[in-house]
Amino acid sequence: MSSSIPTSARAGSDDAGPSRGQLKLFLGYAAGVGKTYRMLEEAQQLKREGKDIVVGYFEPHGRKDTIAKTVGLEMIPTRSINYRGVVLQEMDTPAIKVRRPAICVVDELAHTNVPGSECCKRWEDVQVLLDSGIDVLTNMNIQHLESLNDHIFRITGVRVRETVPDWFVKCADEVVMVDATTGALLNRLRRGDIYAPEKAQRAMDNFFKESTLAALRELALRQTAHELECRETADVSSAAQDNSPLSPSSQKEVHDRILIYVTADPSTAMLIRRGRRMADYLVADCFAVCVFPRGDRRPQDKTVQSVERHLNFARNLHIEARVLEGDDAAETIVDFARRNQITQILVSRRTYSLWNRLLGKDLILRVVRKARDIRVIVVAERP
Amino acid sequence: MAIDPTERPSPEQLLADIELEERRQRRGRLKVFLGYAGGVGKSFQMLDEGRRRRERGEDVVVCALQPEYPPEVQEILKKLEIIPLLKVDGAESIDVPAVIRRHPQVVLIDGLAYDNPPGSPNAHRWQDVEQLLDAGISVIASINLQYLEKLQDEVERITGRRASTTIPRGFLDRSADEIVIVDAPAAESVGRGAAAEDRVALAEQHKLSRLRELALLVAAGVVDRQLETYLRAHGMDQPWGVQERILVCVTPRSNAAEMLGSGRRNADRFQGEFYVVYVQQPALSKRDQIVLEENLEYARKLGAEVEVLSGADAAQAILTFAMQKGITQIFVGHSTARHNGWRRLRSDLVDRLIRSAEGIDVVVYPH
Repeated sequence: MSSSIPTSARAGSDDAGPSRGQLKLFLGYAAGVGKTYRMLEEAQQLKREGKDIVVGYFEPHGRKDTIAKTVGLEMIPTRSINYRGVVLQEMDTPAIKVRRPAICVVDELAHTNVPGSECCKRWEDVQVLLDSGIDVLTNMNIQHLESLNDHIFRITGVRVRETVPDWFVKCADEVVMVDATTGALLNRLRRGDIYAPEKAQRAMDNFFKESTLAALRELALRQTAHELECRETADVSSAAQDNSPLSPSSQKEVHDRILIYVTADPSTAMLIRRGRRMADYLVADCFAVCVFPRGDRRPQDKTVQSVERHLNFARNLHIEARVLEGDDAAETIVDFARRNQITQILVSRRTYSLWNRLLGKDLILRVVRKARDIRVIVVAERP
Repeated sequence: MAIDPTERPSPEQLLADIELEERRQRRGRLKVFLGYAGGVGKSFQMLDEGRRRRERGEDVVVCALQPEYPPEVQEILKKLEIIPLLKVDGAESIDVPAVIRRHPQVVLIDGLAYDNPPGSPNAHRWQDVEQLLDAGISVIASINLQYLEKLQDEVERITGRRASTTIPRGFLDRSADEIVIVDAPAAESVGRGAAAEDRVALAEQHKLSRLRELALLVAAGVVDRQLETYLRAHGMDQPWGVQERILVCVTPRSNAAEMLGSGRRNADRFQGEFYVVYVQQPALSKRDQIVLEENLEYARKLGAEVEVLSGADAAQAILTFAMQKGITQIFVGHSTARHNGWRRLRSDLVDRLIRSAEGIDVVVYPH
């Protein structure tokens, strides 16, 4: 009986063939909190336990204490890639696959590879390693989580370009918070432990302000708690299903389905991230839906392109994208929502216009009136 | 948490902040490594910090250790000076006079939640720590979540047990300058093959995971309070929606239970604040009056701040309140189709909230 309890949906099975490797993610809130140090500490521990472990990529940043932690670990040489006259180092994923260790350490998950690499992003390289049955230890900072992009922009004033999609983080078997106090971090920065002096000063003027760091730290702590809760809920509900498919808790819960209304407006990206986060919290299905007029009344190319871009963005976050046709957008959306048992509709407040309202055409109000049985969330852009 | 961001700090509050700051400057500083269970690596991280500080030239001394350590911790201990614990009839306590005589810059204390043997000058180890701090010695100490007095109810809900020795509510709030969380999975499975499979082990793991989540949220709360103090000290308004402030508008006819439940959950999730308002309407029927009272009672039970607003213009009254409180989300019910006049008024309300609630999400709930 005990063997039939699934320990984790992602745990390796007894079936023949390579099962997917397991992923452990060390999450921090800024450079210098000690993610790499902690990850290498763990690697050394695994080596002491006799595991076959290699370092696939390591970014030394000239940090002595961290470099000392790599002593005795097998390093897979990086690949040199010439890009416009500059030689850059990238992780050699094929070489790691050939070496085939049990566990591979990969620094800086959010890194974007040099153009022309097989994978655009390092997290895609990690996918390749996991798919070939290698366990991976890796790390990233909270500001690289895609769905938090707007939030991070509000906190830091920086638009982070290198992001990791939420679904990838969700796949991690373990997420561990690497904490340090903001005071300790600022001291490390002042001592030159994190960056060279000139860069450190620039960092302190921008990202490394005490209040910014504290806000990021709080965000990382809450995100880790949330990741943990998701895994717990998944484990408990899968265990419950195993025993009695109709346990009271799973019966009571209404399954949420979220619809994000996609337009050409730039606020749509924010709406999609918000929808993604909600869907994660609620463990809900999520759709991104746009409406084009029927037949030859196609909107301008520019509009179509923007909408397409937003739909692609949604797809990258593992949101199901749908293009609908209809002359009355409000009616088309609500109709789709009814047919697909949508419980919540997300629209951007930017879609509101006084002029349309006077003409009785305002989309938001018409959706609200038509969808009386569905929750409608009008999302505002926050300053 | 109860700080209203729209309010300027009072002079008394500013003075209290300054006095606290001055007192802290004279005293040693206390840094706490918080873990959710034994074996998560608190000792290692704390002692490793001691080692790094010593290598940078700080005068660091260890004055309380656990009875046993794994080899990697023993390696670090070789590099540190140790003042042994005093032994009285098999019980142990910190040798406070010896530490004060030696007067290092920093002492390391692995395990804060201990009672001293009967007859000691201080009954509890945390009191020893107070004494060291007062003597101008900084302290780095480790502690497990289970020993915090203010978390006893929550810990008991998870584990079914209360700790016999606890650190009192006020001590950490008053004395700890910094808190660091030592996080690790409840079961280290990645890289080590399959996880626990038997029911008992799984249940234990589940408990640990819930303690772990609690520890992370406790730390987030501490950081949140520090952030507020910092912003206040620097005359800054809280510029980010770190917290959600949710306002639920109830009427006799709205689906209050769903809106209130959802409001509570959202507020909890984002450590937010939760307000409920009702705008007085003329001539409510007896039945509506009763339903309304029930709704407001339920809101109070959920811990909402309930307020009854008045004003002929309901939308305006709600918006004014929302601006004052820095509300981030307004929850309101869909209009009902039953009463024509009422319906017009209600749809008008939803319409106007969407139109005018600049920067605030409007969530329209079905009935």
